[in-house]
Amino acid sequence: MGRRVAFESSCAIAEAAKMANIDVCAAYPITPQTHIVERIAQLIADGELDANYMPVESEHSALSGCLGSSAAGARTFIATAGQGLELMHEVVYVASGMRLPIVMAVCNRALSVPLSIWGDHSDAMAVRDTGWIQIFAENAQQAFDLTLCAFRIAEDPAVLLPTMLHIDGFHLSHVIEPVLLPEQEEVNEFLPRYHHPFVLDPKSPVTMGDFATPALYTEAKVGQDVALRNSLKVILQVFQEFGERFGRDYSPVETYKTEGAEVLLLTMGSFSEVAMEAIDRVRGAGEKVGLVRLRLWRPFPFEQFRQVVNQARLLIVLDRALSFGGPGPVCSEVQAALYHLRQRPQVVGFIGGLGGRDISVEGFQDMVHRGINKAKQGKLGEIEVFDVREQ
Amino acid sequence: METLSIYAPRLVTKRQSFTPGHRACSGCGEALAVKLVMKALGKDVIVVMATGCMEVISTQLPYTAWEVPWIHTLFENAATVATGIESARKALIRKGTPLSKAKIVAIGGDGATFDIGLGAISGAFERGHDFLYICTDNEAYMNTGIQRSSATPFGASTTTQPAGKVSFGQGTWKKNMPAIAVAHDIPYVATACPSYPFDLMNKIKKAVAIEGPTYIHILAVCPTGWRIPADVTIRLGRLAVETGVFPLYEVENGKYTLNYEPPQLRPVIDYLKPQGRFRHLTPELIDKIQQRVSQEYARLKEKVTQ
Ligand SMILES: Cc1ncc(C[n+]2csc(CCOP(=O)(O)OP(=O)(O)O)c2C)c(N)n1
Ligand SMILES: [Mg+2]
Repeated sequence: MGRRVAFESSCAIAEAAKMANIDVCAAYPITPQTHIVERIAQLIADGELDANYMPVESEHSALSGCLGSSAAGARTFIATAGQGLELMHEVVYVASGMRLPIVMAVCNRALSVPLSIWGDHSDAMAVRDTGWIQIFAENAQQAFDLTLCAFRIAEDPAVLLPTMLHIDGFHLSHVIEPVLLPEQEEVNEFLPRYHHPFVLDPKSPVTMGDFATPALYTEAKVGQDVALRNSLKVILQVFQEFGERFGRDYSPVETYKTEGAEVLLLTMGSFSEVAMEAIDRVRGAGEKVGLVRLRLWRPFPFEQFRQVVNQARLLIVLDRALSFGGPGPVCSEVQAALYHLRQRPQVVGFIGGLGGRDISVEGFQDMVHRGINKAKQGKLGEIEVFDVREQ
Repeated sequence: METLSIYAPRLVTKRQSFTPGHRACSGCGEALAVKLVMKALGKDVIVVMATGCMEVISTQLPYTAWEVPWIHTLFENAATVATGIESARKALIRKGTPLSKAKIVAIGGDGATFDIGLGAISGAFERGHDFLYICTDNEAYMNTGIQRSSATPFGASTTTQPAGKVSFGQGTWKKNMPAIAVAHDIPYVATACPSYPFDLMNKIKKAVAIEGPTYIHILAVCPTGWRIPADVTIRLGRLAVETGVFPLYEVENGKYTLNYEPPQLRPVIDYLKPQGRFRHLTPELIDKIQQRVSQEYARLKEKVTQ
């Protein structure tokens, strides 16, 4: 029936990779991701996990090694953060274009300069359009569960796409929480060994990574896009099956006290747990507020999202990344998803929590009130950075 | 013994896993090198290729020239992708998947090897993976239009270091890539040229039979980039060797062997003269190149006798 242990989220992810019986892990150190790959190295060193570890000379090579490994049919895991994900950038596109079901944990980190090892979502937003399935976790248990789900989703024969699990650097990666661990047999049943239909093997030669002229490039890329959109069906199935087997339910758009709510706050990642507390307090003061937590970022769950928000009057969106000179990336996505609907909430966007800056419960309360006031004053399009010093 | 060589062509397999019909320029020394490499490797092989001429000419969707498993991902990472495949197959075999012990071979041009992929190659050698890295060196970024690389020889005119009224083209000496490979203490390093096909194929076979990382450096004459007629490719490869510009040698566990030693080196001008990329060189510059080649050759011979 499993056991309950106190785990740092990073170790929970490493434990999930172990229980997933990965074959290859490639790694290059970067804070705050190091605990994941150190833990995996230790599990291998202690003989608890039978996998090959590639201690490469750069992140570009870490993900390149994973391309080879996954193309050869091995279950492949990698973790990185911030600058590491940036250095991988061109490789990130190749993994999805080649339909390689690599699972990558990203401990979200701010981008230089100034150098910051602390968390925000700049790194995640910079890989938004790379064709990976992207899931956000909010606590250690979810980090564990969703790592298992990530392999199952990525490797589904109808999907075969790489999957990124985002966990907030430090705010989540370094937090110790109780985690329920399933039995190995339960994991084996949920996540059997997989067989990619097209692997590099002399028994049945394939050519991978061809060169395409304008006559075929569009078709190749549209095929990839269709696959990513269609993966939503499998994601829903996998979440449902996970819930049935392990008793914890996940969905692409999660809610907290949204029923009958007139005002909704939208967050992603670990800040959601603080925001919940704020929602309780604001509700206590008589305001009908609720929280929307976007779990699945790609493919964007349009249907599920609309269903959750379309009855509300106002949606307040928190972005933890700047799109310099433009609106926050999550905010603009949300607005695009709602624009053509006849019944839709007004949207107010905030940017905050950059480079590891906390947003407290009081901060979220303040954000909700400011959002409501802005809507009243008709300042909908204004982009406000939350909690920023004037001088 | 002498007469044996006339039977040798019959010993070469007719089977081509890098098949004809690809789009290489006529007289391409690089395509010829890859063809010979593949003949030597047989069928139980997985090929990883860097972005460059060879990838572009052989895999235009929906066609492929490859009859063995082949993967191209990016320009600078062929060595790393190869090591990923090697790690994966080793893990899968250990965990019970029945797989052959296929040879893993990465192939990159000089740009991919000397410049943008050097760090990745160094890492792959250092980690000790069991794979062969082959550099097909045509001495410039040919796929993008004859731009200079750190493999471009002194005095050559390229599109990014052209000869002009106040410039004689490349002003730096070619990086010694085989020496960099040797410095990694890998078990086998060799140079080869398709103008000496048996030497080339034997070295390939030898390299893949050795456990651990191995490196073979192939001089690939490029008629388009070197500005020579397409029918002198083989001749020019021979001249590169006969003048000492590109000596054929092997380094086995640090021990150097010269594989072909002409009784007397020809003057480098014999090699430079036919090539348009050197057309502008003055007698002084040719002298300078001659000095350097003689000096490098002497240094190599010292290593051989050590
Ligand atoms: C990161 C990156 N930079 C640049 C390029 C453009 N590029 C593609 S092939 C090539 C030249 C390849 O030269 P080389 O490795 O010498 O191979 P050759 O074409 O000469 O055989 C260049 C510069 C690229 N594909 N990727
Ligand atoms: Mg070249």
